[in-house]
Amino acid sequence: MARYPKPAEGTWTEHYPELGTAPVSYEDSISPEFYELEREAIFKRAWLNVGRVEEIPRTGSYFTKSIAAANASIIVVRGQDGEVRAFHNVCRHRGNRLVWQDVPHEDTSGTCRQFTCKYHGWRYGLDGACTFVQQESEFFDIDKSDYGLVPVHCEVFAGFIFVNFAKEPSQTLREFLGPMLLGVEDYPFDRMTDRYAFRVECRANWKVFSDAFMEFYHAPVVHVGQHPRHLRATITEMGYEAPHYQIDGPHGLVTTAGSLHRVWDMPPENVKPADIVTRSGLFGPWEQSDLGELPPGINPGNVSPWGLSSFQFFPNFAILIWEAGWYNTHQFWPTSYNSLVFEGNVYSLPATSASERVGREMAAVAFKEYSLQDANTLEATQMGLEARVIDRFPLNDQEVLVRNFHKVVGDWVHELAREPVRA
Amino acid sequence: MLPPEFAELEPFAERWCRATEPERWAARLSSSMDDMQAFYDAILPRVTEAIAYCDEFPLHDMPDGAVHLLRLIYSFVIVSFPVELWRQPYVPDTLGTSFDRTSEPLP
Repeated sequence: MARYPKPAEGTWTEHYPELGTAPVSYEDSISPEFYELEREAIFKRAWLNVGRVEEIPRTGSYFTKSIAAANASIIVVRGQDGEVRAFHNVCRHRGNRLVWQDVPHEDTSGTCRQFTCKYHGWRYGLDGACTFVQQESEFFDIDKSDYGLVPVHCEVFAGFIFVNFAKEPSQTLREFLGPMLLGVEDYPFDRMTDRYAFRVECRANWKVFSDAFMEFYHAPVVHVGQHPRHLRATITEMGYEAPHYQIDGPHGLVTTAGSLHRVWDMPPENVKPADIVTRSGLFGPWEQSDLGELPPGINPGNVSPWGLSSFQFFPNFAILIWEAGWYNTHQFWPTSYNSLVFEGNVYSLPATSASERVGREMAAVAFKEYSLQDANTLEATQMGLEARVIDRFPLNDQEVLVRNFHKVVGDWVHELAREPVRA
Repeated sequence: MLPPEFAELEPFAERWCRATEPERWAARLSSSMDDMQAFYDAILPRVTEAIAYCDEFPLHDMPDGAVHLLRLIYSFVIVSFPVELWRQPYVPDTLGTSFDRTSEPLP
């Protein structure tokens, strides 16, 4: 018996008939050859989030970002004109990685007036123009204006910086995001500058990892230990249902109901003592942050009471906006067919008091406790898949975004195969 | 290290007044459950009062004693999970991985 109404077709999955309902193959997650196709078809064609504008607040602020799947390192920098630009992190002289600190393969950040190559001292302005060639007269008819840094397409949406490695992206960022994701644009991301950042390298395919962050079917099992002991059997038995799913192009949304999150309405014996004294926990601080009126696009299913909207930005980024007035992000960067870097961030309004800070600390610690549960489980999933003893896996209606995600990945890979080979 | 009102927590200060989450996490993983239970039992009845004490100061201009107390509260948060949920220092079934906090607000 469904707890929430489903679409007229009877299920969320059948509401999107192109998805089908058959068991699915996970060959796309265990094949080195398929990963090579994904790199070309997806990571060199889709718009990829690489950070937020607050990370480069002033003229000359920059960070570098390695994106193994696109075989790239980029420099993202704020110019004299305030514009955010991205360049390949490669010196035009002899190809040295231009910006790095101490360890060439690690990312770095800082503020500078210009970029100077550590090898032969060539210099570049914040707009990428080559401004100085060491011993220029030794060269043969060199024109510095031909030797600017190689730009990467870069656009900003709601303060999130996106890049695209295609020579000419087939869509602008806004076209690519589409109406559902554009609906979060007016959320006050820019005010939410208290940030807790996390990172880990895991041994799982990037999609196997992403899957767990687009369904909550696993939550009453994998994460049931986050609740007081006497509640666990009931929570697992109840299972999970979402009141709203939505698919828009390659992107997805799952919304959860607020009733699950209202810990403060529960009898105290059902709440951890540390949650009571910090007035915070698994779903964030209990005190609602005052964000003013929120855009209707953060709850397009009009779920009431609303708890959380998890927006899945294809291919590898998610924003989770919580009722209590904070948000977190997940990002999945493949480094091979069966490994990835997982990045998580928890954002909120700057704390103005110690009690607010303690509430945010509890939320950030809980985020780590459950992310560890996910990360380890997904390494186990990868090993199971790689055993190749099973070739079809059933997905239920609460896994509709997982089904869509793998279908979209397959569609993009097949789309590339149909393109005429460029001379 | 701590304000005089919280002198009873002083025995825990050396181990648990840690400035960053990676230091607190390392302290948790290298502590016995008995050690963490003793710290938890001592601080739990005083946490509300301790937060209120820190609230008396501007967050970004707190005297050293209050900053140490706030760090002790952060450590209470991180040991509350083993004590209240896991009955062991690390999250069950997570020994094959890690999740490093690479930046956090101050203090």
